[in-house]
Amino acid sequence: MNECPELSLTIAQIVQRLKGSHLHSQIEREAKECLHQPEIKLGSLKEDVRNFLRASGWERRLQNAVYRELHVQRPPCHPAAPPEHLKEPLAYMRKAQASWEKRVLKSLNSMSTELGVPLARMRPAVEQKELTNKWNEMGTDEPDLSRFRPVYAPKDFLEVVISLRNPNHDSSEDVNVKSHWGLIQVPLNVRDIPKLRQAFSELNLNTGQLGIDDSAHIHPDLFENEYVQTGKKVVEEQDSAAAQQYSRQGCPTGLRADLWALVLNSTNQPQDVMYYEQLKAGVIHHDLLVDNLIYKDVKLTASNDDYYFVFEDFLYQVLLCFSRDTAVLEHFKYNSATPPKSYIEGKVGVEECAVVYPPNGVIPFHGFSMYVAPLCYLYNEPSKLYSVFREMYIRYFFRLHSISSSPSGIVSLCLQFERLLQTHLPQLFYHLRQIDAQPLRIAFKWMVRAFSGYLSTDQLLLLWDRILGYDSLEIVAVLAAAVFAFRAENLMEVTSLASAEAVLADLSTLKVMPLIQIFLFATAI
Amino acid sequence: MSKSKTGNKGLYDSDKKEREGRTPVYYKCGMMNNTIQDILRQRPGWVEVKEDGEWDFNWCDVGWLRENFDHSYMEEHVRINHFRNHYELTRKNLMVKNLKRYRKGIEREDGRVEASKCDFFPCTFTLPSEYHLFVEEFKRSSGSTWIMKPVAKSQGKGIFLFKKLKDIMDWKKDGSRSEEQKDAAQVESYVAQRYIENPYLINGRKFDLRVYVLVTSYVPLKAWLYRDGFARFSNTRFSLSSIDDKYMHLTNVAVQKTAPDYDPEKGCKWQVQQLRRYLTAKHGREKIETLFKDIDNIFVRSLQSVQKVIINDKHCFELYGYDILLDENLKPSVTQTQM
Repeated sequence: MNECPELSLTIAQIVQRLKGSHLHSQIEREAKECLHQPEIKLGSLKEDVRNFLRASGWERRLQNAVYRELHVQRPPCHPAAPPEHLKEPLAYMRKAQASWEKRVLKSLNSMSTELGVPLARMRPAVEQKELTNKWNEMGTDEPDLSRFRPVYAPKDFLEVVISLRNPNHDSSEDVNVKSHWGLIQVPLNVRDIPKLRQAFSELNLNTGQLGIDDSAHIHPDLFENEYVQTGKKVVEEQDSAAAQQYSRQGCPTGLRADLWALVLNSTNQPQDVMYYEQLKAGVIHHDLLVDNLIYKDVKLTASNDDYYFVFEDFLYQVLLCFSRDTAVLEHFKYNSATPPKSYIEGKVGVEECAVVYPPNGVIPFHGFSMYVAPLCYLYNEPSKLYSVFREMYIRYFFRLHSISSSPSGIVSLCLQFERLLQTHLPQLFYHLRQIDAQPLRIAFKWMVRAFSGYLSTDQLLLLWDRILGYDSLEIVAVLAAAVFAFRAENLMEVTSLASAEAVLADLSTLKVMPLIQIFLFATAI
Repeated sequence: MSKSKTGNKGLYDSDKKEREGRTPVYYKCGMMNNTIQDILRQRPGWVEVKEDGEWDFNWCDVGWLRENFDHSYMEEHVRINHFRNHYELTRKNLMVKNLKRYRKGIEREDGRVEASKCDFFPCTFTLPSEYHLFVEEFKRSSGSTWIMKPVAKSQGKGIFLFKKLKDIMDWKKDGSRSEEQKDAAQVESYVAQRYIENPYLINGRKFDLRVYVLVTSYVPLKAWLYRDGFARFSNTRFSLSSIDDKYMHLTNVAVQKTAPDYDPEKGCKWQVQQLRRYLTAKHGREKIETLFKDIDNIFVRSLQSVQKVIINDKHCFELYGYDILLDENLKPSVTQTQM
């Protein structure tokens, strides 16, 4: 076989990652047991075992696992690249991320000192018992959260992103008509409409879509019925790649939960349930300072939201466990962020006395619970909900609050949004800039949350279908630009940032797919 | 076809004149309900009449209806928002009576299977008149929880749960009552209804559906279903262990508003479409389509059950609010009908 070196490296890495996994031992066990089967002949052992595994669905499961590995961790750009390049190839971005992290950790530590609340403490037995009894209704608790403040809000992060500069790039040279009008001043490569049309070809005007062609006044025989039948077959096949391709045109409500689980290769086997129970035990035993941040965030955001207030309890059950899940630390290999470390008192800097805090390395910010809330519409078994959320986080959501050059990272999305607006709605952009209402200041909060909490749930889920289908968050930047395009007429009339915010305050009536489709495929170039 | 500018202007002008010259619709609104008053006030061309003026449209309360309906002469075009004997459907005891009678009729003519389609209301008895029948059923299903509701009140007033007969001694129809007791004020009519102990819960919370049905005529029966009712959630998690917790069991927004942890900004409501999407994601399309067909069945049959009893009148229409409760198997029941 004539393999190029990158491919063999990738294969070796994936084999390495899957070795020792539960799937590996399951397949081994199945292979051993099938030896008892009459159709397995000694002469053609390898072939027969392979055929058996194929017929019994194990090959498909292995395929899905490999597919997942390929998506979660891209192979390194160069075999000799140091590990930090896998996190983030550009040095100035790494530096900016590190200094942002320092600020966040400092804020967290000072809150701990100020309030006299330890970062972590073990719960006394009485408290543990109480919490176990109340596990399914933690929302009824009304702890005093007035002293706690969120560690940071999206707008703080926006200032950091705006201040990014590439030290090797002297932008003073090209101050001309074509220069960038927006707030992001880093030269990243982002795709414009012609390239997006190619990349998102299934969203074109001639292809059926859920969110457009399933509306009430279109007869279901024209598209919907057949599309749903296809979806059922995809779920039956249990094929991740097929599910991902299918999701590009949207997932039917009744099949979405299964399809997303397939795309993310998120299973809910006994070992997953057991793992979740272990995390739950961790919550019962120890109280973390970040728990209060989570409570506060849920109370401030999801509990006050008409669509999500019902799921308050689930959110605690997922987020408290998430904070304690050290498996999440894996994703820092390809995340530009580095988990915050706390040191045992008096031993700052001594690596052996360093402890990752919180255990999963992710400090929640204001609005974090909105990443989980929409998933409650699909999954109501806590361990399954947890499993899907965690996978969504380590594939997509982490990119929305860390500084990186990734095309799906928030910095690229912001730049892409501004470029799309400037290129295709220059008059609007110029007007907003003149009245000191930079569009990014309004759109940023939408993008950081991938629109969760701003769109109605059914529309949000249609958007997230495409994030999964295309394995990219670019669609979020496209939608942000499309929303501005849709309300352009009203925005041209406003004379202040406040009025611009007011025009764009309520997105709950928007239908996302027509907006995206028109923006991508009906805009004159 | 293009019109010249002046031509257009002329057309606009004459339209406007026509609109100004058209007679306004005179309406009367006796309801304290601000929502209805606001809506009527905002309708272009609708004008409120004072006191005894002639009206074309009357949105009145039942008190007014009772006093004035029989004495009013209504012209052909006039519309009023109640049927004369609406209470056949809206008073809990009468609704149940009509439904039971309707069901019996179906069973006689079409057999058991067809009649079972009318089993959408929980076992109900009017007290004190049906006290003995109630006791029989009560004993047969010992251990069940029952709910007592006053026949004529709304907004959750006067409702309580019970499990023991002694809790409802006041409604006992008993010949052995002393003369004094008989002279004392008549106990108010209540209905005792079997409490649905296994309601469908979302994240531990109980909810019911409020759906609006507009009936414009009973003969022939013409009804319209408003597609976006809402689901009302209880603020607390459901548990049978404390039947005294009114706030947990009753989902009426009015009751919830008085619960200690009620936060008006939270809003305990979902639109029906929202609920439908959630249920479809959880149970699949077919099952939920069947559920909503079953709910439609409730409306149709409940209206059919009073069709022959309600005094039809071409001037009358009525907007009913149905309260539907789902059990854990997604079987819908109607707990009450209001107007």
